[in-house]
Amino acid sequence: MHATIIGAGVAGLACAVELAERGASVEVLERAESFERAGCSWFAGGMLAPWCERVSSPAHIVALGDEGFAWWAERYPAMVRRGTLVLAHARDTAELKQFARRTERYQWLDAAGITALEPDLEGRFEQGLFFPEEAYIDPRAALAALAERLTGLGATIRFGAETPPAHAESGRCVIDCTGLGARAVLTDLRGVKGEMLHVQAPDVTLTRTIRVLHPRTPVYIVPRGEGRYMIGATMIESDQASRVSARAMLELLGAAYALHPAFAEAEIVEIGTGVRPAFPDNLPRLTRRNGTLYVNGLFRHGFLAAPALARRAAEFVLEGREAPEVMQ
Amino acid sequence: MFTLYDVPVRSRLLLGTARYPSPMILTEAVQASGTEVVTVSLRREAAGERAGQAFWSLVRELGVRVLPNTAGCHTVKEAVTTAHMAREVFGTRWVKLEVIGEEDTLQPDVFGLVEAARILCAEEFEVFPYTTEDLTVAERLLAAGCRVLMPWGSPIGSGHGLNNLFGLKALRARFAQVPLIIDAGIGVPSHAAQALELGFDAVLINTAVSQAADPARMAGAFAQAVAAGREAFLAGPIEPRDMAVPSSPVVGTALLS
Repeated sequence: MHATIIGAGVAGLACAVELAERGASVEVLERAESFERAGCSWFAGGMLAPWCERVSSPAHIVALGDEGFAWWAERYPAMVRRGTLVLAHARDTAELKQFARRTERYQWLDAAGITALEPDLEGRFEQGLFFPEEAYIDPRAALAALAERLTGLGATIRFGAETPPAHAESGRCVIDCTGLGARAVLTDLRGVKGEMLHVQAPDVTLTRTIRVLHPRTPVYIVPRGEGRYMIGATMIESDQASRVSARAMLELLGAAYALHPAFAEAEIVEIGTGVRPAFPDNLPRLTRRNGTLYVNGLFRHGFLAAPALARRAAEFVLEGREAPEVMQ
Repeated sequence: MFTLYDVPVRSRLLLGTARYPSPMILTEAVQASGTEVVTVSLRREAAGERAGQAFWSLVRELGVRVLPNTAGCHTVKEAVTTAHMAREVFGTRWVKLEVIGEEDTLQPDVFGLVEAARILCAEEFEVFPYTTEDLTVAERLLAAGCRVLMPWGSPIGSGHGLNNLFGLKALRARFAQVPLIIDAGIGVPSHAAQALELGFDAVLINTAVSQAADPARMAGAFAQAVAAGREAFLAGPIEPRDMAVPSSPVVGTALLS
């Protein structure tokens, strides 16, 4: 079986890996010149946090995300599984209670419990929620690891490639993972813009994903190693993958500073923005159209849900097995 | 049936469109609520580039009247600019005017509100000002040309219900002919029912529905509460009394022991 995957974001690479591992001859075509410009995966948080995501997603997302841990651990051993710590400032305690009511597989922590996990946060929070089974990955390193694996399996990735409207030839399957690029076919796709930044904060040590709840501007901070942190992310109904607003940076940096004042001393090393492709229900799905399989709508769950979707895409393409829960 | 700027409206429940888990769930909530008017807030950066089109067309497709709002504006200038953008994007003269004065309570800056209302009314906007229960401010807003008032129940998103009953009753009594919509602070359907029982014309709900575990179901619950509150108002509630009043006659009761 020859397979052409269009799009080298996390959805495309995960599909390519699944197919190549099953013996298909795979080529990945990416319109952009590099991963950096290949869509929103580059700017993702890389949180594998299905139980936290339950707060605004159906149980379905938890099931898909739960499949991802083993998949990533095998293909990206640098995955860090130290759980997620969810915090709220004293005035926002109601947010924490509501979060707890909607989610599962956590434990309540008091101030001592928080300090035991993250000593740098000592004395800053009275209570928090700890989701011990969650993990994070560095999206950029993870994309590179998948690319390397693909090369090892004999697959090719072509950047700057012509990607004509996908169509299947006999004996060749086409999987389209182009996000908003597929809008002409998947007309109910829309963009949800996210803004993020990277800081170098040598004075702060955090060893796991921290989510700070807030009624208007919830924020997460993910360690990237060696004092670097990713702070994200806004959620704006917009297709515009450029322009970062001062408001977004104020909100993100303000939340980081409120988490730990030493973030004020951090160096801003990168500011970025991307647009997440989403369907009206904000859930990912596989869509068959004219012989092409579209894997799209991963919204804010790209790294979380890509393995489960890729597996189903491969099973469908190679074995004809349908996955009604994600197929249309 | 009541009217908002000469538009007859049957449902007394207005719904905000922010912060739903997904547009699909928003659609379901709008349907379950039976609402005829939804508010939409514009992020100015999205309006400028028309980049939010997808979401806005989704809102337009809900088949209900859109009341754009100037949520998150802190100055008169910002609010007026946002109102202009909203008129362009949604093709309506309606605007829900918010000028936020204080960061913690998101309480209206009533001075800026009156000024912005004056400017927008002069430009033939039909302004729905988000205000407090203050009678003098209400007078000024009406003098500026507003024909609807939207007093808060309690701070936005707080879920505390009707915080100042005395003030709200006074507002209702003083402006018997002006459509009054309780905006902000409603947490549960009983709060909404209470507002309607007091004779308020309608309530606007966002957070209490969008952040509920099951927004569509909560929207339906609010629809029932609003209908019940309105019916109770029309039915004429009893006055509370300090002493028990037996519901069956005492005189002539048979002595059975």
